[in-house]
Amino acid sequence: MFVKKHPVNGEVAYTYIVSNKKLTMVAALGVTLGIAVFIFMNSMLAGFDKSSSEAFFKSIPHIRIYKDDEISKPIVNQSGKNIPVIVNPKVVPSNNTIVNPKQVIQLLKNQSDVVLVTPQLTVGIFYNNAKTQISGRAIGILPEEANQMFNMESYVVEGNVNNLKNNINGILLGSGVAAKMNVREGDNISITSSVGMTKVMKVIGVFQTNNSVVDKTTAYVNIAFAQQLMKKNSSYITDINVNIKDYNKAKAYAPELAQLTNYKAEDWESANETYMAATRMRAIIIRFVSISILLVAGFGIYNILNMTVMQKINDIAILKAIGFNGRDVIRIFVSQALIIGLIGIVFGVLFASIMVAVLQNYYVGGDIGYFPIYFKLSNFLKGIFFGFAVTFLAGFIPARKAANIDPVSIFRK
Amino acid sequence: MKEIILKTESITKHFHDPVEFKVLDEISFEVYKGEFLTVIGKSGCGKSTLLYILSTMDTEFDGELFIDNQNISRWKQDKLAAIRNEKIGFVFQFHYLLGEFTCLKNVMIPALRLGKLPYDVIEEKAYQKLELLGLKDQALKPSSKLSGGQQQRVAIARALINDPLIIMGDEPTGNLDSMNTQNIFSIFKELTQEFGQTIIAVTHDQDFAKASDRTIEMQDGKIINQNYKFI
Repeated sequence: MFVKKHPVNGEVAYTYIVSNKKLTMVAALGVTLGIAVFIFMNSMLAGFDKSSSEAFFKSIPHIRIYKDDEISKPIVNQSGKNIPVIVNPKVVPSNNTIVNPKQVIQLLKNQSDVVLVTPQLTVGIFYNNAKTQISGRAIGILPEEANQMFNMESYVVEGNVNNLKNNINGILLGSGVAAKMNVREGDNISITSSVGMTKVMKVIGVFQTNNSVVDKTTAYVNIAFAQQLMKKNSSYITDINVNIKDYNKAKAYAPELAQLTNYKAEDWESANETYMAATRMRAIIIRFVSISILLVAGFGIYNILNMTVMQKINDIAILKAIGFNGRDVIRIFVSQALIIGLIGIVFGVLFASIMVAVLQNYYVGGDIGYFPIYFKLSNFLKGIFFGFAVTFLAGFIPARKAANIDPVSIFRK
Repeated sequence: MKEIILKTESITKHFHDPVEFKVLDEISFEVYKGEFLTVIGKSGCGKSTLLYILSTMDTEFDGELFIDNQNISRWKQDKLAAIRNEKIGFVFQFHYLLGEFTCLKNVMIPALRLGKLPYDVIEEKAYQKLELLGLKDQALKPSSKLSGGQQQRVAIARALINDPLIIMGDEPTGNLDSMNTQNIFSIFKELTQEFGQTIIAVTHDQDFAKASDRTIEMQDGKIINQNYKFI
């Protein structure tokens, strides 16, 4: 006959926990704080990363495709010969334009990982105000597509980005430029391009990215208008911006696009290497600190369980005398640790959720707006996993010691 | 023909600390099924040490130990724990119960560990054993709240729960008044005579020893009399 075995080890562990509520709570509180801080800091890290990449993607695409300058190569092959060859490499004078951009765009759009593709043409210009000229750049865009890619609406502070589409002569000015030129929505402004073309434009809006270099120099115009400013035809395009499904994969994906199009494909991480290095450093620091805090919590449990084992040394001897083996004793104390861990983790997750929820709605102002922190399932799962791992270890070490107790030496005392 | 349940062959044990000391010297004897055996001797003669070896907890000795026709002298700890759980019941001096559990749970734990019976059957059985020792009304009290004598009786109840082949006791009646001693004694008698269980008890109590089936006398780590006659 099969008899369901009563989980007696678990029951002993449970009794120890219930009869030492205070100790259990102190140990669990340690885990709670450890887990809460761990999850909180990692959520913050995720928030920082997300908010800074969002800030990035207001002005740059995930991958930018353009024609890189070529350096001339010597005609004579100099390797393996003793003849001195004088070479003077120079940039090959050629157009930086992409040949047959429509076809390239269509090719890119057919890629499964590509979400958005839009051409762009940047023109160096002067903003004219009476006798003063301010240098800057006009970025020619297809307003609808660019708005989708860069979410331009979110930083347009005056006017409407969609008006650009309806007005070929429209210009969307950076807030710094608008202030210097003393213009606002509806006013006219005169600009001169680097190839000497002067045009009068209608200001249809003002944007503010809070990046002062951008705000003080940049304006957006229709791409067709940018081509006119360059005195070029409608197939003159220097850049193609590509957004893909997961911007974290841009670095791996860029070479594929380069091979596909035969142009240079630069991902956003390579384009901002300094910033990425700082981000990586921040990630290392936060991970290091959060794991240290978890370890401290682990030492708390270890201490308390060690004490419990010492207190219960008599009980352990009795249990061994009545037929509990080493594994049973380990199970008793490890389950005790895991129960403490579970209590700690439940409250830790709850606590972390509250902190994240509260901070999410805390307005810090400026460029950032709301505090950049958000719920990310993987952070919570990581916290739970590490929490259990640490409590298991913290329980296992004293438990193994308990398992090795020789009952005779206790009884003889 | 009497059936041998426990046998020792030249068991010798040394203590190394603080000085080399031979605590047991060539102990050889046999215990029969259904026998009520007592071991007497002066303090320090090695009778408790012998009991710890017989109980399988102390494995550091020379010689052979047979329990239920198996030579267990060099068995692994886990296997010995299983033997203790199923075949041996203990009543130790001073160290009795798990203080944070009720008396009932204390009695039930070895049976729960063995896991051969369903929970409710074990519970019922534990109540019976407590009743046998006159403690049924104390069953649900935490064991730490009981007097020393009561705790000792609960420990005896616990030793009986798995119906072990052998019950071992180190001064099993040491803390009990004469009435309870008498009661325990009659329970032990009944267990040996009616259920064929074997009892090995180390004692100082002359009356208790006198009433047992056989008494071994020890002196300076040696058995000096396998069948002690009381005068």
